Amino acid sequence: MIVIAHAVMCLLVFAGPSDEPGTGVDTQRFPPPDFDSGYTLPVTTTPAPRAELLMYLDMSLLLVTLSLAAYLALKVRNRKALFTLMAFSLVYFGFYREGCVCPIGAIQNMTLTLFDKAYAVPLVVIYFFVLPLAFTLFFGRAFCAAVCPLGAVQDIALVRPVTLPAWLDHALGLLAYAYLGAAVLFAATGSAFIICEYDPFVAFFRLSGSFNMIVVGLSFLLISLFIGRPYCRFFCPYGVLLRWLSRFSRWRVTVTPDDCIQCKLCEDACPFGALDTATPEEAPLPGGRDRKRLVLMLVLLPVLTVGGALVGSRLGEPFSKMHARVRLAERIQQEEAGLEEGTTESSKAFRDTGEPVAALMNEALAIREDFVTGGWLLGAFLGLAVAGRLLRLSVFRRRRDYEANRAGCYACGRCFSACPIELERRKPGGAAAAGIDLREYQR
Amino acid sequence: MEKKKTILTRRSLLESGVRGACLLALGGVAGFAVGKARRSELVWQLDPYKCVACGNCATYCVLAESAVKCVHSYPMCGYCELCTGFFDPDPRALHTGAENQLCPTGAIVRTFVEDPYFEYTIDEKLCIGCGKCVKGCKTFGNGSLYLQVRHDRCKNCNECSIAVACPSGAFARAPAHRPYRLKWMNQSG
Repeated sequence: MIVIAHAVMCLLVFAGPSDEPGTGVDTQRFPPPDFDSGYTLPVTTTPAPRAELLMYLDMSLLLVTLSLAAYLALKVRNRKALFTLMAFSLVYFGFYREGCVCPIGAIQNMTLTLFDKAYAVPLVVIYFFVLPLAFTLFFGRAFCAAVCPLGAVQDIALVRPVTLPAWLDHALGLLAYAYLGAAVLFAATGSAFIICEYDPFVAFFRLSGSFNMIVVGLSFLLISLFIGRPYCRFFCPYGVLLRWLSRFSRWRVTVTPDDCIQCKLCEDACPFGALDTATPEEAPLPGGRDRKRLVLMLVLLPVLTVGGALVGSRLGEPFSKMHARVRLAERIQQEEAGLEEGTTESSKAFRDTGEPVAALMNEALAIREDFVTGGWLLGAFLGLAVAGRLLRLSVFRRRRDYEANRAGCYACGRCFSACPIELERRKPGGAAAAGIDLREYQR
Repeated sequence: MEKKKTILTRRSLLESGVRGACLLALGGVAGFAVGKARRSELVWQLDPYKCVACGNCATYCVLAESAVKCVHSYPMCGYCELCTGFFDPDPRALHTGAENQLCPTGAIVRTFVEDPYFEYTIDEKLCIGCGKCVKGCKTFGNGSLYLQVRHDRCKNCNECSIAVACPSGAFARAPAHRPYRLKWMNQSG
C-alpha cells in the first residue's frame, strides 16, 4: 500500500507542472496564512493544449490529400472525385482545424526563421510549407486543386462564373505579388503576420471573428459566386510561389486525354482564365509592331526594376510604423519632446520597466534601416514582377492545341468534362470500342 | 514531326534542369529551417510579470469570449478579508454584494475559510479576462491573481491578435509541452 502511495507520489511529482515560470519576483505584502482548520490549498489548473499526437495526423493527412489530389487530377481525371476531396479538405483543414496550420501563413514563419535568429520554426510548419511546393514541382498545383480550404470555399461557392477581360485578370493578378512582397517584408522585420491578420475565410472556419474579418470574408464569398477564386487568383501569396514552380512541373493537367480536335468546347469551361487557346491557323506571324513592343518591354524591365526600388526605398520609413517598437519609440520621442501629454498604455509599460530610452531609440532606428533596405528590395521585386508579366504577354508563341495554363491552372478538373474526347474515353464501349477515331473529325 | 521532337526534348531538358534547381533551393531553405527548428509546436502565453492588466486581452482575442482568463496562485494569496482584487477600492461593505465587487461579471467566488481568512476562486465560465482584479491584486496585494492564456480555449493563431495589441510585450510563443507561465514558482520569501 505504501509502495503504491509512493509510486503515485512519484508520478505526481513527475507529472507536476513543468511550465516555465514568468520572469520577475513577487512582492508578498500579506504573508500567506497558516490555517488551523485543515484547509488545503487548491491547485491552479492548467488545461493542456491540443495533443501533439494530432499534429502527426495533420501531417499525414496533408500527404494523403496531396497525393490523392494529384492522382485524381492527372490520372483519374475526375472532377466529381476532386470535388469530394475538396469538400473533405474544407471540413478537415478548414472547419475542424480552423484554418491553422496552413502553408499560406507558413510563408511568414519561414521568413521569420530566416531573418530572426531567436525564432525557431516548428517542424510541422516547415513540413506544411515545403510539401505542397515539392508536389507542385512534380504534379502541378495539386494543393490548390483539392487540399487548400480557402480554395475549396471559393471553388464550391462559384455558381455563375463570369469571365474577366484578360487585361483586368493580368492586372489584378499582380496584386498577389505585392501581397507576397509585403508579407515577407513585415514578417522578416518581425512586425506583423499580415497574411494571417487578413485571412478572409478564417472567421468562417472558426465561426467567430472580428467585424472587419467577417465583412472581408463575406465580400470575398459574394465575389466568388461570380468570379472564380478571387483570393487565389488575385491575392494568395502562396499562389505566387506555386505559379512559379508549376511552370516547371514534371506532369500537368491536360484538357484532352488524346489529341485535341480543336472543338473549342473547353474554352468556356475554365472559370479562372487559365485556359490557353490554340493559335488560329491563319494568325499572322509577329510583325514589326510586335517586335518593337517586345524590345520596349525588354528596355522597360530594368527601368521598372530600378524605378520600383527607388519608390520602395521611400516606403520603408512609413512601413516601419507597422513595427510595435518603432511606434513605441516615436511615442516616447514625442513625450520627451513635450509634443504629447501623458502616456499611452505601452509608453507607460515601457517606462515602468526602466529600460533606457536611448536603447529603444537605437533599436527603432535599426528596425527602420531594415525597413528601408526591405523597401528597396520590395520595390525592385514588384517592378520586376510587373515587367516580367508585360514581357511574357509580349512574347508570341504558337500553340497547336488548347492547353491548361501551366502557371494558372488549379487542376480543378472542370475542363475535363467539357472535352468530347474525354467523355468518349470515359464511356464504357465508347468511341474507341466502336472503332470510331474522333481524330478523323479534326478541323 | 522529327523537328518537333527535338524541340520538345531540349525544352524538357531545360525544364528538368530548372526543376532540379528549384528542388535544391527548396531543400536548402527547408534544411536551413530544420537546422534551427524545434520539434514541438508553439503556443501563445503571456508573462504575468510583464502584464500590465490593460484589459486588451478581453477585447482583442479573435474569440468572442477571450481565451485569456484570470488564474489564482493560491500559495501566494494572503486570503485577506479585504481583498483588493475582489472589492472595489472603496467598498460600501465587505460582503459579496455586486455593488462592492470589482469584477464586472462576478466571476470571483469568495468563500469563508476560517477567521479572518477568505478563499477567492475564479469561475472561469464567467471570467472575461479583463484583468481588473489582476490590477487590484497587483497594486495593493500579493499579485496572486494573474492572467494566463487558457489552452483549452486558445485557437493558437499563427499570430495572436492580443499579442499584437499587448502594450507591454508580455505575449510570447512557448513550446507546447510547457504552455503556461505560472507565478507560484518564483516566490520570494
